[in-house]
Amino acid sequence: MKLRVFASIAVTAACAAALSCAPGKSAKEIVIGEYGSLTGNTATFGQSTKKGSEMAFDEINKGGGLLGKQVKLIVEDDQSKPEEAATAVTKLINQNGVVAVLGEVASSRSLAAAPICQGAKIPMVTPSSTNPKVTQQGDYIFRVCFTDVQQGEADAKFAAKFLKAKKAALLYDVRNDYSVGLRLVFSQKFKEYGGEITAEQSYSEGDSDFRAQLTQLKSANPEIIYVPGYYTEVGTIARQARDLGITAPLVGGDGWDSPKLWEIGGKALNGCYFSNHYSVDDPSPAVQKFVADYKAKFGATPDALAALGYDAARILAEAIRKAGSTEGAKIRDALADTKSFAGVTGSITIDKDRNAVKPVVMLKVEDGKFVFQEKIEPGA
Amino acid sequence: MTTFLQQLVNGLSLGSIYALIALGYTMVYGILRLINFAHGDVYMVGAYVGYYVSLRFRGDEPSFAHALLAMLVAMLACAGLGVVIERFAYRPVRRAAKMTSLITAIGVSLLLENGGQLVFGADPKFFSSAAPHRELALGGVRISSEQLQVFVVSLVLTALLLYMIHRTKTGMAMRAVSFNLDAAKLMGVSTNLIIALTFALGSAFAAAAGVLIAMAIPKIDPLMGIMYGLKAFVAAVLGGIGNVPGALLGGLIIGVAEVFTVGYLSPTYRDAIAFAILIAILLFRPQGILGRVEKEKV
Repeated sequence: MKLRVFASIAVTAACAAALSCAPGKSAKEIVIGEYGSLTGNTATFGQSTKKGSEMAFDEINKGGGLLGKQVKLIVEDDQSKPEEAATAVTKLINQNGVVAVLGEVASSRSLAAAPICQGAKIPMVTPSSTNPKVTQQGDYIFRVCFTDVQQGEADAKFAAKFLKAKKAALLYDVRNDYSVGLRLVFSQKFKEYGGEITAEQSYSEGDSDFRAQLTQLKSANPEIIYVPGYYTEVGTIARQARDLGITAPLVGGDGWDSPKLWEIGGKALNGCYFSNHYSVDDPSPAVQKFVADYKAKFGATPDALAALGYDAARILAEAIRKAGSTEGAKIRDALADTKSFAGVTGSITIDKDRNAVKPVVMLKVEDGKFVFQEKIEPGA
Repeated sequence: MTTFLQQLVNGLSLGSIYALIALGYTMVYGILRLINFAHGDVYMVGAYVGYYVSLRFRGDEPSFAHALLAMLVAMLACAGLGVVIERFAYRPVRRAAKMTSLITAIGVSLLLENGGQLVFGADPKFFSSAAPHRELALGGVRISSEQLQVFVVSLVLTALLLYMIHRTKTGMAMRAVSFNLDAAKLMGVSTNLIIALTFALGSAFAAAAGVLIAMAIPKIDPLMGIMYGLKAFVAAVLGGIGNVPGALLGGLIIGVAEVFTVGYLSPTYRDAIAFAILIAILLFRPQGILGRVEKEKV
């Protein structure tokens, strides 16, 4: 009896091993995995990123592929949930045998998946997770965007210097690493710029009624309200704030960037500001070419997450080309060596902490358009 | 003071939603002694039906007639859904042990939640309110037309329900079924019809709540019924399950308690407060505020 159990376990294990090895090491193609929120509360994040990375790999495949092979992208949906992100990455690595992983947008989900990639020694490149903790998970984790230390400072500077606000109120998502991180940096920097945080309230992702918090904030009479959240909640918050007679502009981070933001918040968002990775109005030829190609392919204007998805995919491809191999350790070294890569979202150099240092762009919401306001250079 | 009054308004309008959902829990419990756990999900379906109806008016000038139409269609659709659920899920196990119906209810709830994700998609949708948006400013306190609608509709529907139960023949039949199902049957009451009617009414109220909150908030998703359903259930227990005015009172208390907790204590306890109240009420007054130990119940 015992023997039979052992035998069947052994057979199963052997099959699993055979299955897991088969696709990744195939001679014809290089398999790259991507996990993202294709559905759920932040569905446009994952969808945009996927479009961006697909476009990049299509171009690469048309140009002859990588190391003489075609690239195959496998995208897993994590339903906007951290626990699903962990499952998705485990599946990509163990079953699909991917050589590298792209993802996620939301820091909480990147944080859930990063230790798994690190453990398997599979390089992970996050296109747009800005929380500093993400790349601290290990030396196989990279990002091609700025961190919240930079973003929060830019937001505080913009609020204090350009909007000339002295009193700010804060409304942040207590269960979201991204939001909690931005709140810390913003309040610290805003005070350094001579401002004052007069009230602070929190919510949890998925909440839909914010009137109680907003009523408390209103009584503190802030000149701006800093809302470092994601677009679903931000749009709802904007509407309810205007209902309660709050006229102060809302200011936030790149989590606002979504084609859905305007659909949710509508006119309530007019005159609000947020920081982002790039602006579609940027006249540089690289940006305009990308915007035109994207529009031709998908019939929509690319948001920053699509642009970062595109950049992340190209940087990863470039690293594989330079490494001349699909071995995790070699791709990792090549990624760490990325210097002045000409991306759509600016020139990308990976620093010793595996982060990119890039300018922050401030945008204003005007009738459904995100209008360029200010470019804030790193460290300036 | 303004802040306090504003929070009270916020609480009462949120509480009205809980009250409308709680009515359905309380009616079904009154008649069948069954906690219909799928009730919160019927509320979700109601919100979606309202959403699809109001999509037809997208681009038109918002009007109360359109909003009312969206609400009525949603109420009718959910009344139908309630009857179907009763007929195919609960009636076959009505004579079985209580636990069987309870588990069936959980099954129906899961079916609606996951079915909802399949049919409507897992992404949240956003209601473009069909009703015109107005604001009333009393001193510093702002009351939006959506908040007022919720409050008025819940009062009117509760009043109508009370009238029906106490002043009409159907209401008498409902009370009879609630008092003793078998005896009512012997007296010539068509019990199956009365039970179906109870489900239809309760589900229609939930649908009204769904459309109203969708207009006020305005985000809807297939899992929105879980938390609202649970809190409305607490509201029903708090008011005295089986008692109609109790459901209204319980709903309003839970709504106000929740808003004050968020405003003055910590937003993190938003969901915890309802369940803390549930534990307290079960310990100190299990029959609820207005509940009497086994008397008139519908």
